[in-house]
Amino acid sequence: MDMAVIELSRLQFALTALYHFLFVPLTLGLSFMLVIMESIYVMTGREIWRTVTRFWGKLFGINFVLGVATGITMEFQFGTNWSYFSHYVGDIFGAPLAIEGLMAFFLEATFVGLMFFGWDKLSKLGHLFVTFMVALGSNLSALWILVANGWMQNPVGSRFNTETMRMEVSDFMAVLFNPVAQAKFVHTVSAGYVCASVFVLGISAWYLLKGKWTAVAKRSFTVAAAFGLASSLSVVVLGDESGYALTDNQKMKLASLEAMWHTEPAPAGIAIVGFPSVADRETYFEVKIPYVLGLIATRSLTGEVSGIFELVARAEHRIEHGIKAYDAVEQLKINQNDMAAREQFEKAKADLGYALLLKRFVADPRNATQEQIEQAAWSTVPNVPVMFWVFRVMAGLGFFFIAFFAFAFYMASIQRFGVREGIRRNFLRAAVWAIPLPWIAIEFGWILAEVGRQPWAIEGTLPTFLAASSLTVAQLWTTIIGFTVIYGLLAVIEVRLMLAAIRKGPAEHRAPALASPNGYAPIPAE
Amino acid sequence: MAPPIDYETLRLIWWLLMGVILIAFTLTDGFDLGTAALLPFVAKTDAERRLVINSIGATWEGNQVWFILGGGAIFAAWPFVYAVSFSGLYLAMFIVLAALILRPVGFKYRSKKPDAAWRTRWDWALFIGGFVPALVFGVAVGNVLTGLPFRLDSDLRSFYEGSLLGLFHPFSLVAGLLSVAMILLHGASWLAIKIERGAVHDRARSVGQIAAAASILLFALGGAMVATMGYGFRLSHGADPLGPSNPLLSATIAAPGAWLDNYGKYPWMLIAPVLGFAGPLLAWIGIRKDREALAFGGSSIGAVGIIATVGLSMFPFILPSSIDPASSLTVWNASSSHVTLFIMLAVTVVLLPIVLIYTAWVYKVLFGRITLRDVDTNPDYY
Repeated sequence: MDMAVIELSRLQFALTALYHFLFVPLTLGLSFMLVIMESIYVMTGREIWRTVTRFWGKLFGINFVLGVATGITMEFQFGTNWSYFSHYVGDIFGAPLAIEGLMAFFLEATFVGLMFFGWDKLSKLGHLFVTFMVALGSNLSALWILVANGWMQNPVGSRFNTETMRMEVSDFMAVLFNPVAQAKFVHTVSAGYVCASVFVLGISAWYLLKGKWTAVAKRSFTVAAAFGLASSLSVVVLGDESGYALTDNQKMKLASLEAMWHTEPAPAGIAIVGFPSVADRETYFEVKIPYVLGLIATRSLTGEVSGIFELVARAEHRIEHGIKAYDAVEQLKINQNDMAAREQFEKAKADLGYALLLKRFVADPRNATQEQIEQAAWSTVPNVPVMFWVFRVMAGLGFFFIAFFAFAFYMASIQRFGVREGIRRNFLRAAVWAIPLPWIAIEFGWILAEVGRQPWAIEGTLPTFLAASSLTVAQLWTTIIGFTVIYGLLAVIEVRLMLAAIRKGPAEHRAPALASPNGYAPIPAE
Repeated sequence: MAPPIDYETLRLIWWLLMGVILIAFTLTDGFDLGTAALLPFVAKTDAERRLVINSIGATWEGNQVWFILGGGAIFAAWPFVYAVSFSGLYLAMFIVLAALILRPVGFKYRSKKPDAAWRTRWDWALFIGGFVPALVFGVAVGNVLTGLPFRLDSDLRSFYEGSLLGLFHPFSLVAGLLSVAMILLHGASWLAIKIERGAVHDRARSVGQIAAAASILLFALGGAMVATMGYGFRLSHGADPLGPSNPLLSATIAAPGAWLDNYGKYPWMLIAPVLGFAGPLLAWIGIRKDREALAFGGSSIGAVGIIATVGLSMFPFILPSSIDPASSLTVWNASSSHVTLFIMLAVTVVLLPIVLIYTAWVYKVLFGRITLRDVDTNPDYY
């Protein structure tokens, strides 16, 4: 295995996935906010809500197309860059991706055109239905991709088939109702709702500060404050730490984001700050709040949270056991009817993936030395300082959003939007500056989830360094540079168009009503 | 619990479904690709170009999902094919993706500024987004017919020994040009049926006639090359249609032979190439006689015939290997497990009709020709 190929493949996946996920959360949240706004329009029949809906719909459109464009890459990237992964787990992992296409992508993509083009072709209720289908489709696509991702974190319902040299599904319902996937889904879509709420709130705050489009801004502010408060509570309360007690890798993820080297007596404390050192396997200058981690992670006072040293010792044991499974697979390759090998495999198969970790250090795991086994066991620890800090930024922002929306909700409730100097006007200024924050929290959340899964592509099953395609460094650089240039250009264009559309505001509402069959003023080419 | 349909039948069904998805993609997104590729040539002024763009503006996005679904369905039902083909054709795939990425953005962002230079740039981006994928898909199919240079090791890891430039040889170029001709014909037929009669309509019809003639000639040329240049593989000893999905265990050895074998064994299969010729001919007649529905129908029949010809000629091969025929992927050795194929079929049987129903409803709402006046007065248009 050429490690440069692995690292570059990971770099490309990280770049394209994180970039894709700049657009997705806004789509997830804004689509439902459009449904809320348009529902008010349909129920009250007041034109102002039509203007509100159409204005945010325009920004939604500018964002949506980039989500679509960058999503094309994601659908094929498992095949192009992770072909051994695709072969090894395609039998299970491919299904949610195909269902995502059938159930979600068709829904959102078929209706999104009508959402933009159908204002004068559909009844009010008909158009609201179309908007709702777009929101439903986008959120269903999040469900299926998180079923796929949740399975990578907790590969339930599957077993290794020695005849086909891959994982195959044994219980599809278990894959579907994977608790890790469910926790992730709720956490991820809630984060998307927070993101869209901060976006709408921030832009509305800017209009209120400028005294422009205040009728639209106040209404949008109110919707965003309410939706944002509910979502920010949901994203923290239903954080995906609930799945962290399930598997060894999930436990390792928890221990490493806490930089908890040694198992503590229950209930464990949570570190607020500290400086983890990988070289010394120690965290310096820790400030801890007692009990909290144990309570969050195990939902009990008696549950123990395992430390890194304990988990590494367990990994070492599993590697030794896994070598037997690996040996059996090699014998079965030669003769599928070798009963002794079959029996040996059945006993040790749960740890087959752990033996594969050795391939990074020795060509044939059966020849591994004790030192190499120890090395492989320590390779199951993800990057502790990255995990530690990324988690703190994400979680800190999560709590900040609750306070932020609580205040916004208070402002919306008393219907005072900071016309005069004072704390409310200062809040409006803060709200404008807060716009990038949800994106930071969300991208850090993905880094936490995926760096935390390392060294595994599929936890306990397939190490990342075995999952990549047999490509060359030159091929990878070509595509990394290519994607960076295209994505970079598109990002610049998108942000400029977004800013121009925001500056222009919900212009159509004020445009003089020219005679038109549809009853609203034509603005050519808009 | 064993699924109620046997493994062999399920594999056959999924081979057909793969063809259905590919054909659905060509019939729907095909005219979007064709229309985008025709854009700079059939429409001169900004108003004309907006007419062309808005003829597909509201529906291309849903059509494109057939492509995405193709990726997902091959992943789920034919993981070997997904793994080997996309990693092997790595840079070609990158070119296709890069071109396709330009498309959504082109449709949406072009209209955001009145600036002529801005709009011209997006027009060419849309052209690339239509023309390049059509060409590369055809070239890729040409290479699949001649076999891809890959081999599998004992862990079933795939190694590809070709290069990007190696994909371009006379036969694959004929296949690439045929694909472009098909797509242009389909785009021109779409414009004929969807936009008002006038200058753009006339230009689209002229291009359509040339594309129809080119489709017929290139399809014939491709067929002649397959017949005379010895392309093709055949199984030298029997495959087990119920066997495990492991090319190395399946004991099939492929021997270069001819792709025309199946037509001797199953003469009914000749219907595919017949449709491949008849379709473009009907389209040509339809365009000349101002019978737009016939033109669009003909071009659709042609696409079905041409794609089916490729699939049937190769059956049971899906992805033959040119350097290690024993690694070749076939219908019998490259699928998902029995259970997964069954679950995915059940899911498809439930969901696909729903997709078709609401897609039909959307097309019904948007039914009718687009006119220059619509483009001028409706603020929602691109």
